Amino acid sequence: MVSVVYEAPDLIEGAVNLLAKSDIPAHVLAGGTDLIIQTNNSSDAERLIVDVKKIAGMTDANLTDAALELGPSMSCASFTERDDIKAVYPGLVEAAYLIGSTQVQGRASVGGNLCNSSPAADTIPALIANGAQCVIAGPNGERTVPVEEFVTGVGQNCMEKGELLKQITVPRPAANTSDAYLRFIPRTEMDIAVAGAGVSVTLDDTGTCTAARVAIGAVAPTALLVPEAADALVGSKLDEAALQAAADAASAASNPITDRRGTVEYRRQVVGVLVKRAASIAAERAKEG
Amino acid sequence: MSKTHVTTSINGEPVEFLCDPGDTLLDVLRNDLQMTGTKEGCGSGDCGACSVTMNGRLVCSCLVLGVEAEGAEIGTIEGIGSNDGLHVIQEKFLEHAALQCGVCTPGLIVSTKALLEENPNPTEEEARYYLAGNLCRCTGYDKIIRAVLDAAETMREGA
Repeated sequence: MVSVVYEAPDLIEGAVNLLAKSDIPAHVLAGGTDLIIQTNNSSDAERLIVDVKKIAGMTDANLTDAALELGPSMSCASFTERDDIKAVYPGLVEAAYLIGSTQVQGRASVGGNLCNSSPAADTIPALIANGAQCVIAGPNGERTVPVEEFVTGVGQNCMEKGELLKQITVPRPAANTSDAYLRFIPRTEMDIAVAGAGVSVTLDDTGTCTAARVAIGAVAPTALLVPEAADALVGSKLDEAALQAAADAASAASNPITDRRGTVEYRRQVVGVLVKRAASIAAERAKEG
Repeated sequence: MSKTHVTTSINGEPVEFLCDPGDTLLDVLRNDLQMTGTKEGCGSGDCGACSVTMNGRLVCSCLVLGVEAEGAEIGTIEGIGSNDGLHVIQEKFLEHAALQCGVCTPGLIVSTKALLEENPNPTEEEARYYLAGNLCRCTGYDKIIRAVLDAAETMREGA
């Protein structure tokens, strides 16, 4: 059994210092729904676990006129209860709501989902669709990385030793903009995405799409931003031809694997369908907004 | 390995314990505090048998470190009934025969209490969604859901 050293600093600097100076494998603890299982199954002799939930701001969300400043360790249960956030980013909130059971929601967090960096993470396409940025604190100060560049491979991300995700900043969408996230799973709930799609669209007064972001998940080693799919939507009234072009672009950009949840061919097909449907839902929401 | 001293509150009572920093809250409850009402099923957050509340939130105690209980308020199955008798939810589980082996039952009862505090009048669908993280391998869910909805009705009448 792995011997755990537990620290719960109350300042970012303290956490960074612990992570940077550790001579044993060091891990950040948010909700623990991935980390505790990984620790129980670990072959490490020792592990440093740095619980960041006592640091101010890590478990809160602040919605300003400019952006959502999301504490990465805020539980999905707390996050999805925030009606003010749901009104602005309904797709991001629905992505967070899809993670796990009620019990898992009580602990799991958007930042944890991002840092665990699973290809099938539900919140990542929704964050990318919203142009979210990762604020990373480290021994050499802070840096900001767009979510689409944060995850670098299966279970891997751009954070170096000593670095810590301090905040997820989601800019306020422009007027007449909304988002949606859809995933496909064979069951009705509590499953891992076979494919997922997060879409944000902006419409003008005539219902023409003036801007879009399309991101797909579970169909490549990392979630992907697909500018070609967004380009297919921009300038259209999201008619069938434009939606199909976006779907085809998403299918073409995907690079899935075959596993017990789905085949390459199936995932390519389904991710296009999800992009189409998510774009339609986002457009309906943008009209209502 | 040095043990960590933790001061917490369990079912409203102040509790102190020593634990290894890698021990889960479930380990601490069952092995150190002899509160064996909380069951271990999968140990990986899938089955809900170890459900407890932490600061009012329903969580799997197998996915919480014991040291994280410092300063928190924990609620377990032992705090549901009282010396005067069973809680309505417990009575309804018995009445509807909503258990066989009983391993899922404490988790289901803790989860049902959390559900009814959030939503005293759930639809069947809402109850099934909320309790989807509590797996039962023998009774099946129909009797459980009947017990939950009957408990909800009885609690609303009593409120």
